[in-house]
Amino acid sequence: MSHLRADIRQRCVDLVALYPQARSAMLPLLHLAQEQDGYLSDEGIAEVAELTNTTPADVRGTASFYEMFHLEPVGKYVVSICTNIACLLAGGEEMLEQVGASLGCAVGGTSDDGLFTLEEAECLADCNFAPCVQVNHRYVRTTTIESFDALAIQLRKGQLDHDVPAHGTLVRVRRSVGLRAPRQEVVEQRALARAARAARAAKEEK
Amino acid sequence: MATIDAPLIVSSRAEFADSFTLARYLETGGYVALRKALTMFPEDVAAEVDKASLLGRGGAGFPAGRKWSMLRKSPVSYLVVNGDESEPATFKDHFLVERDPHQLVEGVIIAAYALQVSQAFIYIRGEFALGLERVQQALNDAYETGALGSKIFDSDFSIDIVVHPGAGAYICGEETALIEGLEGKRGFPRIKPPFFPAVTGLYGEPTVVNNVETMSNLPWIINNGGAAFAALGEGRSTGTRLFALAGRVNRPGVYEVEMVKNTFRDLIYDPHFGGGVVDDKKIKAIIPGGVSAPWFGPELLDLPLGQDEVGEKGSMLGSGSVVVLDETTCVVRATWRITKFFSRESCGQCTPCREGSGWLERVLYRLEHGGGRTEDLDLLLDLCDNIAPGLSWPPQQTTICVLGSSIPSSIHSAIKMFRDDFLEHVNHGGCPYD
Repeated sequence: MSHLRADIRQRCVDLVALYPQARSAMLPLLHLAQEQDGYLSDEGIAEVAELTNTTPADVRGTASFYEMFHLEPVGKYVVSICTNIACLLAGGEEMLEQVGASLGCAVGGTSDDGLFTLEEAECLADCNFAPCVQVNHRYVRTTTIESFDALAIQLRKGQLDHDVPAHGTLVRVRRSVGLRAPRQEVVEQRALARAARAARAAKEEK
Repeated sequence: MATIDAPLIVSSRAEFADSFTLARYLETGGYVALRKALTMFPEDVAAEVDKASLLGRGGAGFPAGRKWSMLRKSPVSYLVVNGDESEPATFKDHFLVERDPHQLVEGVIIAAYALQVSQAFIYIRGEFALGLERVQQALNDAYETGALGSKIFDSDFSIDIVVHPGAGAYICGEETALIEGLEGKRGFPRIKPPFFPAVTGLYGEPTVVNNVETMSNLPWIINNGGAAFAALGEGRSTGTRLFALAGRVNRPGVYEVEMVKNTFRDLIYDPHFGGGVVDDKKIKAIIPGGVSAPWFGPELLDLPLGQDEVGEKGSMLGSGSVVVLDETTCVVRATWRITKFFSRESCGQCTPCREGSGWLERVLYRLEHGGGRTEDLDLLLDLCDNIAPGLSWPPQQTTICVLGSSIPSSIHSAIKMFRDDFLEHVNHGGCPYD
């Protein structure tokens, strides 16, 4: 019995097929497991292991290296606030503190209602809107606590579900096709091109 | 006065709200370069890029043409595009993947043709959710329109491109760590030699790794010729380059600037670009090229934005980021935060980096927060010297990758330039800027 829903499992199988080796699909598959459960559950990890021909320990070891993967449940909204250099100069530390007070959670913690998890982020590459705030890795560009509070109200009411999907959902645009350049075709093309090039080089040498 | 008469090469569509759509891309000359490239011999496409003398836009500034030519002798298996932009205060690739994904995709197909690879991967930082969606949409559209997949535009060239999401790890911007991430492993940089993925890359096969901005330049180079690109800029720094301007400026943002023809002062003060320092404060220091780069004082503001010009003064253009610190900035706090970043992002393989970064961070923390001692300054420099012996530039390495040797840059710069600021923290028992 598969833990991943049929549609998500199918997307996983399609992703694995895009890579020369199944293990390469590890990060995209972990994102999908996180999309279903909101975090990486033991069951999700076990299924990613099965799909990538690895072991759950191996998958957990890999996942734990990457900041975006959560091995414990988190809120529906993960709020990341950057305090790195450009945001530091724009009051990122104060912003982190104010948002923590407003949501009622410490950095790394989740609010009592289970809706928000707060994270101190490293540079999120949006330094012209400093201090930079992401919710579920969507740029919300609330550079003041007032605008963040207004956003939080909308998030609580579920008015922004389209702009900010629940935590774990990363890429909503699905690949429309599988691999389209058949391996045999590519191999033959490249061999022909190499031969033609060698012929040109030989001619030039003469 | 800033020089602004150069053509916009990679940011020409920025003025359009729908710059990321296929319709807009086709309307503005999209995929014309790819059609042209497919009528040329692959080696001639590569030669055009060589003629452009395009320096890689990732951080190291290695000539793209030379990177490619290292592979001329044996066939290249894979092309991997590095879109894992995470260097603090660098946000130009974020701009490119979100605002002009088709330009990137077209560049990747052109490069794949020139290199005759069997498959291409675009590794995009996981935190770029919108960028990932836009690039995936661009790939879908490219397949649909015949620009990607089997027998592109009815030629004898077929290629697939797969977009690969990262998951939050600065170190995956290092090309061998990025390959590990693409192989589904922890982002541990690989031991060198072999120095280049060109020798042993993805799945142990010859691989070219190029930056997003490097790829985004290719359509223009093929359309206009490598010579036209090389005619812009000066010396080794040809063409234009995206600069991400951040910190205490009025108009932070991504600006495309002709190389060498403009200075740091132009970028920061010209109304077309940064528009001056916030509240007209004085500049204390600038960080060129990302936080891995040594700082410059205001006396170097008239230095041209060129790779060698900046290199000769002991720093680097690096990732194309410029951070302005003004007279209200506490350099101890800035240095502490930068070091905390390296400490968090160290992959942990090498002792000098793993242990050194944390130790440095703790010493800087206590200086900033009132527990500092005068001898901490020597301790900081001694620790830095253990990570990058001699504290020279470019730095000596004691670690597998350059993350370790990047840690001392800001600390060494700050102590050298603002020793009194550090001592004031000691004497004041904390931060005098608070």
